[in-house]
Amino acid sequence: MISIKEMTAKPVRLTEGHRLCAGCSEPVVAKQVLLATDKPVVVSNATGCFEVSTSGYPYSSWNVPWIHSAFENTAATISGVESAYRVLKRKGKIKDDMRFVCFAGDGATYDIGFQALSGAIERGHQFLFVCMNNEAYMNTGIQRSGATEKGASTTTCPSGTCIPGKREFPKDITKIVAAHELPYAAQASPHNWKDLIEKAAKGFEAGGPAFLNVISPCPRGWRYDSALTIDMSKLAVETCLWPLYEYDNGKWRITAESKRIAEGKAEKRPIMDWLKSQGRFKHLMDPKHSALVEEIQANVDRKWDELIRLSKH
Amino acid sequence: MKRIAANGDQAVALSWKQINPDVCASYPITPQTIIVEAFSDYVADGEVDTEYVCSESEHSSMSICIGAAAAGARSVTATASAGLAFMWEMLYIAASMRLPIVMTVANRALSGPINIHCDHSDAMGSRDSGWVQIFAENVQEAYDNSLMSFRIAEHPDVHLPVMNCLDGFIVTHAIESFTPVEDDQVKKFVGEYKPLLPLLDWKNPHSYGPFDMPDYYYEHKYQQAMAMNNVIPVFKEVAAEFEKLTGRKYDLIEKYMVDDAEYVAVAMGSTAGTLKAVVDDLRKEGHKVGCIKVRLFRPFPYQEIAKALEGKKAVAVMDRVISFGAVGPLFSDVRSAEFDNRIHPRTVNYVYGLGGRDVGVEDLKVVFREMEAGTAKNINYLGVKQ
Repeated sequence: MISIKEMTAKPVRLTEGHRLCAGCSEPVVAKQVLLATDKPVVVSNATGCFEVSTSGYPYSSWNVPWIHSAFENTAATISGVESAYRVLKRKGKIKDDMRFVCFAGDGATYDIGFQALSGAIERGHQFLFVCMNNEAYMNTGIQRSGATEKGASTTTCPSGTCIPGKREFPKDITKIVAAHELPYAAQASPHNWKDLIEKAAKGFEAGGPAFLNVISPCPRGWRYDSALTIDMSKLAVETCLWPLYEYDNGKWRITAESKRIAEGKAEKRPIMDWLKSQGRFKHLMDPKHSALVEEIQANVDRKWDELIRLSKH
Repeated sequence: MKRIAANGDQAVALSWKQINPDVCASYPITPQTIIVEAFSDYVADGEVDTEYVCSESEHSSMSICIGAAAAGARSVTATASAGLAFMWEMLYIAASMRLPIVMTVANRALSGPINIHCDHSDAMGSRDSGWVQIFAENVQEAYDNSLMSFRIAEHPDVHLPVMNCLDGFIVTHAIESFTPVEDDQVKKFVGEYKPLLPLLDWKNPHSYGPFDMPDYYYEHKYQQAMAMNNVIPVFKEVAAEFEKLTGRKYDLIEKYMVDDAEYVAVAMGSTAGTLKAVVDDLRKEGHKVGCIKVRLFRPFPYQEIAKALEGKKAVAVMDRVISFGAVGPLFSDVRSAEFDNRIHPRTVNYVYGLGGRDVGVEDLKVVFREMEAGTAKNINYLGVKQ
């Protein structure tokens, strides 16, 4: 693993001057991912905050080849790019060893983009798919997605007098992707750059499809002070809401802070710490919703225990 | 090369084999499936070195073609009906990125009710997506158009995707004899693909598909429109070269007994062939009739159509599709073309053959009979059971 000093000397692949919000975690995640390989890389981007904010014509923040075609098909688009690479390499028209990466939000991964993602993984293209998971459709103004946490208030599942925010737990896409039995899948957080870059590097070198689900706090949608983004991603890990782990060729492994928590060397913080840190859960502070808070805690605990079990095999 | 017997789908697959494209995205849909099946045989037997990608949907097939073409690969796919409708969003993106993808469409009705047989609803649904659209009458044309499609799509003045349309079942499944071009001549005619600004040229990074605000979007659409205008001279240039190679002469439209005709029917696809037989029959009976086949539908050959129909007594335009609440798409284009001429023949619309309803010689004679008798309405539904 190279040092942070060495990394700062690497060429910048996503430059400053983009139009993402102050405190947005997405450029942090993308920069960390792009530091994980020194090979030439082609980026495919799904429609979303990250795409519109980095590519406003005639400007671009991208110093690498970049393609955005639609919302739901970034994995299919990269399948095409990677297929072109394979055949042109075979025909001797391309000499370099290249890598391929998709950046997509949770809507473009959990919801509308899921079919294309599943198909591309099944076909075995060599690419790293990075989900920048901010747990809702933030580009269109904070609407619920399949990744939105139960109890969160969004503009399409608002907390009202009868319904306290989103009624369903998010689907566990990392496990669903792992069920494809691909070479590599992992969860990461930008607060732990070392863990994230190591996972991205494994993904790039997996020799087939790889998936990285990254918790990506959004100050606008989650309603917290934009200076606290990295703290927020750390808190997600400390509460075990967002465990850091990997699925590496069939083996489950808990990593970094999550590993320390699993080994009893660090504290597992209560989910209330997470809920009270963000305006989207503000309504849950009312004692009348204490059963719902307990339900969220119970779900975190159940998933956490299950992960520990998986990692022991 | 000597004449061989094949159906339209097999003929298209043969053209792909001879071209040996870099990437083929495939998803099965009737009546296109024979193309991707036959091509998969060529792949399995090592007769081509194409990267053959079996996608999980037509939407992804077109997305794969977009990624591959942007990366710098010559890319092909085929679809029909619901598959083309499912690609609709991506068709616009392929065209706006100016990617010279070639796609064969086996024209088939759209649901619902579900129907697997021929009409032109699918191609007409994608009419305004920025693709060049060429329609074939028979197996020979389906094959020839496939070869020419690559040249038109990849021409530096065009750089647009091309849709090679053939009638579902009527052309895709009917076995006809046709004359293919020799393998080495195909290679020479189509040439090696030289991509423009490929993504895989990572030392000169390019961005495809950026976010466009009102300050540039319109200009980008204007450039697309201008590229579409360039298709007509390029089409003629490519067709002339093809004629030199094969002796087969193609133009934007094909006129059959039109010059001295008083009554003319205009159609696309396989029906144009039946119309020629009808014209032959009626001419023997002394009727001054003719027909026009529109080969290039997008861009539309307005001038050629207007000139060909000047001074006719009546014109019937055959649409194998309904545009609900409006006139047929071919009719509106033909009538619009005529309007710029001072002499407007009476021009009527016939909707026919939806969902594969058979349209034979006797059915089409009705069209000429009604034109001559002056009994045709503005919009007529040929052979619909009341």
